[in-house]
Formats: sequence, structure tokens, C-alpha cells
Amino acid sequence: MIRFTRRRLIGSLGAGAGGLLLSGCDRINASPTVQSLLGLGEKATFKAQRIISDRAALAPEYGASDMSPFFRTNGNRNPGTPEYEGHVANNFADWRLVVDGLVAKPLSLSLAQIRSLPRRTQITRHDCVEGWSAIGQWTGLPLGMLLKQAGLRSAARYVVFHCADLSRGVPYYESIDLIDAFHPQTILAWGMNGQTLDVGHGAPLRLRVERQLGYKQAKYVMRVEAVASLAGIGGGKGGYWEDVVGYQWYAGI
Amino acid sequence: MAEEVPVPPRGGDIVYRHRLPVRLWHWANALAVFVMLMSGLMIFNAHPHLYWGQYGANYDHSWLDITPGHLRIGPLTIPTPHLLGVQSGGRIVAFPPWVTIPSHYDLAGARQWHFAFAWVLVVPGLCFLLWGLVRRHFWRDLAPARKELTPRHLWHDVRDHARLHFPTGEAARRYNILQKIAYGTVIFVLLPGVVLTGLTMSPGMDAAWPWLPALFGGRPSARSIHFLCAMGLAAFILIHLLMVVLAGPINEVRSMITGRYRLPKEKAE
Repeated sequence: MIRFTRRRLIGSLGAGAGGLLLSGCDRINASPTVQSLLGLGEKATFKAQRIISDRAALAPEYGASDMSPFFRTNGNRNPGTPEYEGHVANNFADWRLVVDGLVAKPLSLSLAQIRSLPRRTQITRHDCVEGWSAIGQWTGLPLGMLLKQAGLRSAARYVVFHCADLSRGVPYYESIDLIDAFHPQTILAWGMNGQTLDVGHGAPLRLRVERQLGYKQAKYVMRVEAVASLAGIGGGKGGYWEDVVGYQWYAGI
Repeated sequence: MAEEVPVPPRGGDIVYRHRLPVRLWHWANALAVFVMLMSGLMIFNAHPHLYWGQYGANYDHSWLDITPGHLRIGPLTIPTPHLLGVQSGGRIVAFPPWVTIPSHYDLAGARQWHFAFAWVLVVPGLCFLLWGLVRRHFWRDLAPARKELTPRHLWHDVRDHARLHFPTGEAARRYNILQKIAYGTVIFVLLPGVVLTGLTMSPGMDAAWPWLPALFGGRPSARSIHFLCAMGLAAFILIHLLMVVLAGPINEVRSMITGRYRLPKEKAE
């Protein structure tokens, strides 16, 4: 008898617990208090990673034999706007990268000018937030060099990348802080795997910020803006995915 | 803490079994592992494929996939209707809503839970590890004695467990060999494994500590080991809960709350 009731009790508890847990968990998840507590964890992670890593600590670099045989594309694979199509047709001859915001000397550079500046080539791992990784070779202009040329003002705290692609009608953008902006591996890449960067991977210029996840690696970069605050740009959270689905602004984990 | 027991306790006696740090860590860890497992399954749902090596994405060779209604491990494909690869909220998800946090597909939300509770996992875990080493808890209570590791003794304990004959009286005061192996594996293999492979998946950590990806042979390998350790923990929890229920849930749970445990009565055979 005892055994029977115990078994029945466990059975009904199990069946009921599923439904209860589901709605209970969702209610907990939706609570603003819970969300702000979880946000503390995010801040702790960012701070802890910054404390233990040297500012210039390099992301692992790989040999040519480690490269992905096929580097998949994802996110927006072609901005597809008439303006962008025009640039592609014209081989980006009239395309200009604008560097402005809190800089002493705003710049407007052609692709040929950017390619003639010093370059860095690195074989690094691209880590998507979803969990996959691909290894590719990137060649481009160190961002720190560009920012020095433009003369960053002392009020500048972040660098924002405005892109040519739209998602759900909203322009893609991303932002990083100055520690990552001046990191030696942070480049504006115009070459990939020994070739000119193709449209699928972000032509003509894409950001590589190697210590962070894929969604920070903004493709189709049109404009680099130095700002004091991320408020007022897009949804204010520092990036397209941050605004739209709540991905963490610091994507080092 | 000298225990002055003139005569050994017998079945039915209440003994002090679990010290405070063990109990505190147990519950903090239970909460953390519960949230980590469920949010981790949601994160897995974003890319339900596992790889070995330095790179691994859709066009590369995976060793595990969850596809609609199927689980593939190497050459083996197992149908998993209503269990894995199920329809939910207008999309196919690898793990069903009732085992994930949040229950609906939300990678950003799951990551927020996962990385916040990682602190609950790691901080109490490190404190417990330190306490266990300094106060010799691991040596005294978890290290198997040589005689316990003989095949005969092991087989005897496995057989007893399978028949649901659990230790009674004085013998129930200490962990038996199967408990020692299970708890030791969790504390020294699965938990450190899951934490280190978790850190390896972080591009920021790989720059800070380049030995991490070197240790596990790449981020995709670390992700695979992370998943296997997590599955090991899930298996442990299932067996652990089953054992608690079978051994007398009230007495067992009370001992993990108050520390006091009533020794099971010796059977008059």
C-alpha cells in the first residue's frame, strides 16, 4: 500500500511539475528584478575578463592548415540596397569610408587609400554566438591607426560602426570601447583568405574584433563614428542585435 | 571537532553526518547546476551540432546532430519523436521547452541566465574546494580506501545497490564506495571539466588564457566536452535523486538541511 501511494504521488508530482515549472519559470524570467540581477552577472563577467586579460592579450592565431575549408556566411549576406548594388557594380570605386564624430580631423577615405595604408594579416577564429566556429585569414587596416590619424578627442569613449545592411528595415551597427578599438588585432578587413573580401563576408570593409563574438564583427562598414555615449544611437544598447534581441553588448563570452 | 562516542551508533540513532560547508555548497550548487543545465540546453538549441577540432560549422563534419525527430551520434541515428527535435513556437527546437530556460527559443535570455549562474556555480564551488582541501574533507570522506577498490568489494556494492539493499547501521555513517566514486567524479572531473570547457568557449578568455583552447584541442572540442560533462551531470542528478527517494527522502533531505541523519535500522535477517 505504502509503496503504491508513494509511486502514485511521485507520478502525479512529476506530471504536474512539468506544467507548473514551465509557467513558473517564464514568470520568473519576465520579472524586471530577476532581469536586473542577471544583468549584474553580465557586468561581473565583463569586469572579470577585463581584470584578468592584458589590454593587448592576443586572440589565438592559427596556421594556414587550421583554416576552415569553407567559411560559411551568415546574418545579412548582401545589403541589397540600390546604393550598395551601385557600389558593387562599380567595384567600390566611389565608395568612401567616413570617420567622424569626436575626432579632430574627420576623414573620408577611398578603398584604394585604405589598402595603401599599413595592414595586418591574421588567421583567427570567428566564434558565432550560436556556438559554431570558423577559422579564416583576414587582412586589413588596424583600427587604432585610423583613429590616431583622425585624432580621437578626449571625450570619446566608444567607436561605432555604421553599416550598409539593413535587418528588418533597421540599419546594422555595432560598437566597441577604446580598449578593443586600439587592440592590435582589431582591424577593418578588406581581404579574406588571400582574396578581396567578398559581398557575403562584408565587402568592402568589415570589422574584426577578435576577442569578441561574431555579431560584433560588423560587415559592410560605411562609417566609423567616435562617441562619448551609446545612448541615442539606434536603440541605445550599442548594436543591432543588442537592441533587437538583447544580446550582451560585451561579447567576450 | 572531537566526537566522543563511547559506543558506535546503531541503526535508528541520529548522527551528525553532513557538516555546514557541505550542506551550503550542496544547495547553492544544486540551484546553479539546475539553471546551468536548462539554460545550457537552450544555448545548444541555437546550433544543435557538435564537432571535434579547431573549427566547426554547418559545412564541417559533426559527430552529433539533433535534427527534426532524430538524434545522430556518429553513424548511429536514433528516432526521438516528441522528445528531441520537436516543434515549438513555430520552429524546430532540439531540446523541448520543458527542459530549457527560457522555455521559448531565446538565445540572448539563456546566455544571460547561464553566465549569471556561472558565478553561483564557480564561487561557492571554489570555496567548497578550498575548504575540502584545507579541512581534509576530501581525504577523510571521499577518498576510497584501498580495500574498497578491490573488484570483489566493488561488485558486492554494485549488486547490493541493484537489489536496493542499502547500507544500514554504523556502515551507513560513511559514504559507500559507489557514492565516493560518484561524488568524486562530479567534484573533480565533471564540474571542473564543465567550467574549464565553458571558459574555453569564450573568445575573451582564449585571449587571456591561451592554454585553455590548447588544453582541449580547440573551441569546438571544448564545446563537445562541455556538453558531455553536462550530460554526465544530468545523469548523476537522475541517479542521485532516485537514490534519495529509494533510501528515504525525508531522512536524506533532512540530513542535507540540518546535517542530522537517522541511521537506517539493521535488518534482522
